[in-house]
Amino acid sequence: MAAVSMTVNGRSVTADIDPRTLLVQFLREDLRLTGTHVGCDTSQCGACVVHLDGKAVKACTILALQCEGAHVTTIEGLANGTELHPMQAAFREHHGLQCGFCTPGMIMTAVDLVNRKGSDVDEHTIRHELEGNLCRCTGYHNIVKAIAAGARAMAQAPLRQAAE
Amino acid sequence: MYAFAFHRPTSLRQAASLVGKLEDAKFIAGGHTLLPTMKQRLAGPANLIDLNAIPELAGIERSARAVTIGALTRHAEVAESKDVREAIPALAELAQMIGDPAVRHRGTLGGSVANNDPAADYPAACLGLAATIVTNKRKIAADDFFKGLFETALEEGEIVTRVSFPIPQRAGYMKFRNPASRYALVGVFVAKRAGEVRVAVTGAGANGVFRWKEAEERLKARFAAKSLVGLSHSPEGLNSDIHADAQYRAHLIGVMARRAVEAASNRE
Amino acid sequence: MTATGIGAPVRRKEDQRFVTGTGRYVDDLNRPGQAYAYFLRSPHAHAAIRRIDKAAALASPGVLAVLTGEDLAADKIGNLICGWMIHSKDGTPMKAGPHPALAQGKVRYVGDHVAVVIAETLLQAKDAAEAIVVDYEVLPAVVDPAEAQKSQAQVHEVAPDNTVFRWHLGDKAAVDQAFARAKHITKLSLTNNRLVPNAMEPRAAIGEYDPGTDSFTLYTTSQNPHVARLVLSAFIGIAPEHKLRVIAPDVGGGFGSKIFIYAEETVCLWAARKIGRPVKWNAERTEAFLADAHGRDHVTEAEMAVDEDGRILGIRVSTIANLGAYLSTFASSVPTYLYAPLLSGPYDIPAIYCEVDGVYTNTAPVDAYRGAGRPEATFVVERLAEVTARQLGMDPAKFRKKNYIRNFPHQTPVIMTYDVGDYHASLEKALELADYKNFGKRKRESARRGKLRGIGFSSYIEACGIAPSQAVGSLGAGVGLWESAEVRVNPTGSIEVLTGSHSHGQGHETTFAQLVSDRLGVPIENITIVHGDTDKVQFGMGTYGSRSGAVGMSAIAKAIDKVIAKGKKVAAHVLEASEGDIEFKDGKFTVVGTDKSAAFGDIALQAYIAHKFSGQELEPGLKEGAFYDPTNFTFPAGVHICEVEIDPETGMTSIVNWTAVDDFGVVINPMIVEGQVHGGIAQGVGQALHERAVYDASGQLLTASYMDYQMPRAEDFPPFTVGMTVTPCPSNPLGVKGCGEAGAIAAPAAVINAITDALGHEDIAMPATPHAVWRAAQKSQMRMAAE
Repeated sequence: MAAVSMTVNGRSVTADIDPRTLLVQFLREDLRLTGTHVGCDTSQCGACVVHLDGKAVKACTILALQCEGAHVTTIEGLANGTELHPMQAAFREHHGLQCGFCTPGMIMTAVDLVNRKGSDVDEHTIRHELEGNLCRCTGYHNIVKAIAAGARAMAQAPLRQAAE
Repeated sequence: MYAFAFHRPTSLRQAASLVGKLEDAKFIAGGHTLLPTMKQRLAGPANLIDLNAIPELAGIERSARAVTIGALTRHAEVAESKDVREAIPALAELAQMIGDPAVRHRGTLGGSVANNDPAADYPAACLGLAATIVTNKRKIAADDFFKGLFETALEEGEIVTRVSFPIPQRAGYMKFRNPASRYALVGVFVAKRAGEVRVAVTGAGANGVFRWKEAEERLKARFAAKSLVGLSHSPEGLNSDIHADAQYRAHLIGVMARRAVEAASNRE
Repeated sequence: MTATGIGAPVRRKEDQRFVTGTGRYVDDLNRPGQAYAYFLRSPHAHAAIRRIDKAAALASPGVLAVLTGEDLAADKIGNLICGWMIHSKDGTPMKAGPHPALAQGKVRYVGDHVAVVIAETLLQAKDAAEAIVVDYEVLPAVVDPAEAQKSQAQVHEVAPDNTVFRWHLGDKAAVDQAFARAKHITKLSLTNNRLVPNAMEPRAAIGEYDPGTDSFTLYTTSQNPHVARLVLSAFIGIAPEHKLRVIAPDVGGGFGSKIFIYAEETVCLWAARKIGRPVKWNAERTEAFLADAHGRDHVTEAEMAVDEDGRILGIRVSTIANLGAYLSTFASSVPTYLYAPLLSGPYDIPAIYCEVDGVYTNTAPVDAYRGAGRPEATFVVERLAEVTARQLGMDPAKFRKKNYIRNFPHQTPVIMTYDVGDYHASLEKALELADYKNFGKRKRESARRGKLRGIGFSSYIEACGIAPSQAVGSLGAGVGLWESAEVRVNPTGSIEVLTGSHSHGQGHETTFAQLVSDRLGVPIENITIVHGDTDKVQFGMGTYGSRSGAVGMSAIAKAIDKVIAKGKKVAAHVLEASEGDIEFKDGKFTVVGTDKSAAFGDIALQAYIAHKFSGQELEPGLKEGAFYDPTNFTFPAGVHICEVEIDPETGMTSIVNWTAVDDFGVVINPMIVEGQVHGGIAQGVGQALHERAVYDASGQLLTASYMDYQMPRAEDFPPFTVGMTVTPCPSNPLGVKGCGEAGAIAAPAAVINAITDALGHEDIAMPATPHAVWRAAQKSQMRMAAE
């Protein structure tokens, strides 16, 4: 066992863990933050995307011990209390989800995308930027729409630093 | 995963000392090759040495002749670096084509080079640009570094610290992705340098990254896509799998090489 | 139409939890004291098990049990079943080999279940699994369905030629006559590629046993928890039905693959009692590739006969369907009754004959996957239609118009009676939306850039709303396919609707509530849809075959009618009028011709306090249940038009335009319906361009992860243009037809028709990968050079 400390959704956490524990397992099993999902074993589906020090990463391909001292934001940390983050609201408004399983990873990827590409990101760029996120339900059509709308809404909403 | 002990040195010296005394140790940087392999129990090192907390491995430096990139530099940092984009735009473009945004936030130059996956992108840039791979012990020319599938000139415990890419006159990279994995089915890096042209091919070779000498000669005579018309690579020695047979890969080498030359020629 | 009633694009009620990460999928649940299961799977496609030595595994740290097929047999746990009986042409019943949850004596595919290790942690279970020593005698394997019947390898003793059934449908003599007088005959050899469903949530289960009540609970990723309970109790014999509770909470997509009752959940339940602890299992993606039921996998010879005017005279089809190593829960129905009865498409075809041989191979079981039989049928009909039009030199749209059914009801030669439709309307609208008349211009523009442009049609029909119980019973189904519902009105006027349908992405919590809100005038936020728990919902047949709207909602509508009828009785007492004079409208009970009325909520309260009527006159309460058995299948239909551009240098195909015009009858929520269409198209395009399960000759699955199995990505699609036409379905009270599978049914033929149009020849199989298209494009160039 080894000790690890990090900040998750603004809260300091410390735990004694098996070194084999992946960040996603640490979040789901130790912290019971089950919004981050596991959809594959090969870093391709993107269901496990969280923000590590403000950048989207795949939590299935990082050891929790590698996140010592880091700031992690998960889907559970995105909303401001009961007020949804503009990207969350856009996914609901534009029917950007069906079964909901890929959704947390999609939303975290989308927020990161807007952080990097700006709020007037075009459809083509959004589609390209989703190369690491798989969805089996929506055919991506409404996800792309939701992200474009969410991006615009993020520009309008006062930018919250959302624990990162 | 099999059990392992985790180590997180904060200097290169510590890392080198750890790997010298620990049994069956492996370095981990971005982890995007090693961790999936360990999850499948195809690798099971007893000790894992994390290089992420070593400041000496970070950073991008540009001189008049070369861009030197620290081994721990993430693909996204290379892709977005102003220095790289100005000096060797093809290298920034290559970095932008690796994996996906989340992978690019973690994956590192050093990890990719040291792993030498036959379908990885960076080996093509190293070979195409005649890069020098710098380790904690020595400097190795790219021509001498890549030895075959997942094999390099690195000795046991040797750590890639940075890679120095000479700035070419022109360069271009084109990649035809494996439609499933998004690795290179065929990737071709073309660079025009003082006195030589290099054409490096990744993804296709049964023995990993290689140079396509016939194309280099033609392009040396005249650096234009037209020079490659009618030239095709032999399927011999190329990979054949469910995604592409050797003949298709051979054909794609020609197409990607022409397109890389076009990209290089069309700059400015 | 109200803002939340039928036809309104109501935003989904379920989304709040999904966008905040507070959904509850099986793997998010943990039971006190739970242990973890890990399955040791067969590395061989076909082998006899001589001996299993589990001593070292048992001695491994944290191990609670190592169980094998022998233990299952000792506990008299029954085999997994196939619930649809198919009879061969000669009248003999299909040959179903035994399908134990853990292998007994033999393994029959790579991934087959050899043993299960249960340990304190998953890592310990995995470590121990490596310590199990299995002595295999490797046997010859067969993987190619076209070779199965001639193979030396024999998958099951009961089927010496690996043939499960030799089935047929239609009038062979009539078809032979039609072909004899045909002016033109089109012949095609078609492969319907094998797919892996790949719901993003891998399958998972937690089995739990309570010794105090001697009862079991199973948390499982199921599309139909009641069917799971029925099979696990009545056939597999885990527990009596009343001692088994099955809960399917949030489920992350199914597409058919979560209909079936699998080995893993069976073993978790059984093992929970054996070790006295809850047992949890969660599939890794590679396990999903190896052991989820796959889809499709047909090899077909198809012919179409037409007369001198281009009218279709007949269709003749011969198919070999790969069913894998065991018959999965509904495997036998998919390539038979869900396939051949759709071979008439939307066309008036006088004669159809179809033969299907179902075969065993040493591959994962094959069962229903989105569309289930109907995509395979549509691919046959629509490839034949397109190629016939081309060979006759007719515009493919004109050829279809000439052959469309015009009068309804229409009896096809293959069982189905189409109740309603307007195929011309869909086609006309699609042609307009796709700007078909300017396609030539676009093609020339592409050619100038060195690209090949093509356009392809798919005019599909499907049979949904599965299905009238008597009808399917006569065709071999082991169950009835009705649905049940219960509408519970609370004293405060809020409502719970209990439904046997299951939502795993379809948005039932919203659409079902829209129906209730529309009918009872209750605000949608005061309505909760309850599903997925056999202890709450009395019974249900679950969600598949685009049946939840047509069948599940019809049951709710029927229960609502009963609630209104009961409400009228209560209102009669409250309003002091005779029951016959009470009408219910806009959420109010009114005495006809007066201004005396009472709101729905007031009547609900009165029903429960029961102050205004005596118990002899009327039972208190306001809660009604209903079972709805459909009178016919429903027949959604439509036209999809795909436009592609091919880079002949690399073989890369880009879909540049997609137009879909569908007739789903009455639409409850257009936003959700369009979403279903989008998703279906993506899966159909996936089949046409990207996806295939590949086994090598020895039976190893070469595409066992996303490294080798290409899933469609966002970049693979243009924005879709979706339009609708509406002919209300006369066969159910809501006029709905079903929309869940349309895209997946329509898309493959549209894509291949577009690619072959671009290439100028028909010689390409699915998936049309860049490699395949490049080869085919070379062939086009050679032909052009030769000409």
